Amino acid sequence: MKKWTDERIEIIMGNLLRIGVILAAVTVFIGGIFYLFQFGLHQLHYAIFKGEPAAFRSFSGILHQAFSFHELGIIQFGLLLLIATPIARVLFSIIAFFLERDYVYILVTSIVFCLLMFSLVFGRF
Amino acid sequence: MNILEFTSLIWIGSFIAGFLGALTGLGGGIVIVPMLTLMFGVDIRYAIGASLVSVIATSSGAAAAYVKEGFSNIRIGMFLEIATTIGALFGAYLVARISTEFIAIIFGIVLFISAYLSSRQRKKAEIVIPPNSLADRLKMNGSYPTPQGLQSYDVRNVPQGFGLMFIAGTLSGLLGIGSGAVKVLAMDQVMRIPFKVSTTTSNFMIGVTAAASAGVFLSRGYIDPGLAMPVMLGVLSGSLIGAKVLVKARTRWLRLVFGLVILVLAIEMIFKGLKGIF
Repeated sequence: MKKWTDERIEIIMGNLLRIGVILAAVTVFIGGIFYLFQFGLHQLHYAIFKGEPAAFRSFSGILHQAFSFHELGIIQFGLLLLIATPIARVLFSIIAFFLERDYVYILVTSIVFCLLMFSLVFGRF
Repeated sequence: MNILEFTSLIWIGSFIAGFLGALTGLGGGIVIVPMLTLMFGVDIRYAIGASLVSVIATSSGAAAAYVKEGFSNIRIGMFLEIATTIGALFGAYLVARISTEFIAIIFGIVLFISAYLSSRQRKKAEIVIPPNSLADRLKMNGSYPTPQGLQSYDVRNVPQGFGLMFIAGTLSGLLGIGSGAVKVLAMDQVMRIPFKVSTTTSNFMIGVTAAASAGVFLSRGYIDPGLAMPVMLGVLSGSLIGAKVLVKARTRWLRLVFGLVILVLAIEMIFKGLKGIF
């Protein structure tokens, strides 16, 4: 097996990020097409801030909306994929540093990962 | 204006922002919020949410290309991400606590500073600073490819750089921007990391930083799918094409034009913020 070097890790991470972005963009695009077909001729509402409905703010809500093929739900699911992409990179880095037996950076990366999870889970603090 | 027209216009505007952002190296994120609020009358909180999402997309989309060049340093990036993510959480926390007018004024000031930073010639730092023992212990020192072979470098001023990164993260979370300019300033000027290493590492960090505040924005309901869709797709496609054209384009006058646009937007954001129109 090839040795785990920083360089090799970085190349894998770069590809991981690219795949995540492509998946997210395609999902958002498909949802967007459905959305425009459905609501293209409706009027707008962005000048007044109401905040998104609860269904678009939580994991379970977004998943539920996306898998019942709600147009905006699909877009929001794509955006969730996008937000998850850098988080996946951090998670992958923990594994990579573990393979390198670099304990200082296992700790550093874990802190970053915990902060990211904190944001997603306790975002309404 | 109906949703179809609105979405198309936002897409075009975001495409141009992403295209110019990639060509000039200033990033498209910084003009998205002013464009959405000043031109389209979008509430600034929705605008920040949409902008942040596009920042994650461009940063992650470009990373694969940067990584192959072998410049970025994941250890420096990961360590400093502790500071930027804490900052980003703090910034996102502030968005709900301070008035939209105040956010607009801060945004204007940051636009001013970015226009200034981009117009200024980069100074070669000359004062000799001893290498940092913390950098040594954190194995931050590295090397990067040059035409003359691998060039090694030492990292200085780690605590100061870490502090500046906290500010960069706060601005990112508060304003929905990548704040790449501050990140590069911290690494290039303060920590004395070679410019190429600084810019590519900064790009890597931008995505993680933005993801930290995006989580907060999502659960607060600031990320609107109908608005974020054209912004994200527009900025992403614009910046990818911009990066392709970059090799052939003359960027000097483009930077000047884009700098002027930023300056005008800065004045308008501050003016409207002060008048309380936001």
